[in-house]
Amino acid sequence: MTDINENIQHTALYDLHIELGAKMVPFAGYSMPVQFPMGLAKEHLHTRSLAGLFDVSHMGQLRLKGENVAAALETLVPVDIVDLQPMKQRYALFTNDNGGVMDDLMVTNAGDHLFVVVNAACKEQDINHLRQHIGNDCEIEVLEDYALLALQGPQAAAVMSRLATGSEELVFMTAAKLEIDGMECFVTRSGYSGEDGFEISVRNDKAKQLARTLLAQPEVEAIGLGARDSLRLECGLCLYGHDLDAQTTPVESSLLWALTKSRRADGERPGGYPGADIIMAQIANGVEKKRVGIKAEGRMPVRDGAVLVDADDNEIGVVTSGGFGPTVDGPVAMGYVKTQFAAPDTELFALVRDKKVPVSVVKLPFVKQNYYRG
Amino acid sequence: MSTLKFTEDHEWVLTADDGTALIGITDYAQEQLGELVFIELPAVGDIVIKEDAVAVIESVKSASDLLMPVSGEILEVNEELDSDPGIVNEDAMGAGWFIKVRLSDESELDELMDEDKYLDGLDLD
Repeated sequence: MTDINENIQHTALYDLHIELGAKMVPFAGYSMPVQFPMGLAKEHLHTRSLAGLFDVSHMGQLRLKGENVAAALETLVPVDIVDLQPMKQRYALFTNDNGGVMDDLMVTNAGDHLFVVVNAACKEQDINHLRQHIGNDCEIEVLEDYALLALQGPQAAAVMSRLATGSEELVFMTAAKLEIDGMECFVTRSGYSGEDGFEISVRNDKAKQLARTLLAQPEVEAIGLGARDSLRLECGLCLYGHDLDAQTTPVESSLLWALTKSRRADGERPGGYPGADIIMAQIANGVEKKRVGIKAEGRMPVRDGAVLVDADDNEIGVVTSGGFGPTVDGPVAMGYVKTQFAAPDTELFALVRDKKVPVSVVKLPFVKQNYYRG
Repeated sequence: MSTLKFTEDHEWVLTADDGTALIGITDYAQEQLGELVFIELPAVGDIVIKEDAVAVIESVKSASDLLMPVSGEILEVNEELDSDPGIVNEDAMGAGWFIKVRLSDESELDELMDEDKYLDGLDLD
């Protein structure tokens, strides 16, 4: 036990979390705030109505530099990076040789480099993967001295425009170098709450000051990882390790929208990434299972791991994320079902504590995403 | 004379003179669980033994079990919790009781903590 405690890492905002009364939990090797005194449900609703500040510094921030860095990264993701315009951001996936998803990530063309954000739990694996496959084609810099803050919610833009000249120019999935209250930041208009918002990369030694400045705004409250999870789940966004994994392809994960046209079979640069043959065959011929939304009747949450069965008790799927959605004011879940059961309104049962709970397949998201597209 | 006892699992047992007891979770427990959204209660008439998981408490965060602090027969369940589990958040030690039982072995009460000892334990957390 002591070893685990000694090895656990702190983000630059650790002291601030403690000061604010956060309940800290170990997450992907970091001690992170799961909730603040406000509590999960209120934090969730606050983010949906005003603005929430999240510490996501545990995530990996990387800079990839080199003349042909975009072409190099394209050999690892089924996504168009070569034509990603300066200061534009795109969602991408590292695939393995079987077409499974190794991680999901955000890629921004920052002009003289690609700015990449990867999941905390996959950070080491991803850095090794990049070094191994494209280490000779580009310089890979791990931004250990940078924190990452997410300001999310319908009032996030109003807060930012008060503090950072130029923030109002940003639309969803674009980026800019901005000064926030005099602090140099790299800002993208994106996030993982389903709401409009910003992710702000800032040097560790400025992170606390930036967080205090943002928290001093009347709309902003500190929000923990618990609410981050319920916010993303209501908006149908995948959590790596739950809804995405190395055994499941992006086609099965219903992430076809993320596979850019130019990299598909009939595109300008088809294939050329790990598992491309398998993924392209699945696009052409279909898949045996698919990720769908699962809505339980009543108020009892159906959680991660619950087995899904049909009326005849045949096992046809499993829940991969599930809980209670404060905005929906009811249970929300997603999971994988055999494709013949994937149509909306298909009636199924979830096995919860050996009881059959009636559920139905629903279209995702449960709560409409509210991005600012200009 | 009624007595109030506590378990390490943050449950309370309020015994009455007629060999019955009310059981619920403590204020500390409801605070730790956060907003409750669903409570699954046992059936009246069930015979249960100490440590049995008799009810499921679902909060926005997680699902947890109510473990029987004593053995007995379920005489009554708090049906108000079906429609409004938030009662437990508001009044865990009163209106938010879960079940009423007939004790089958009153000596089990001796193994439980009194209020002072329970509250002392919380300070150490």
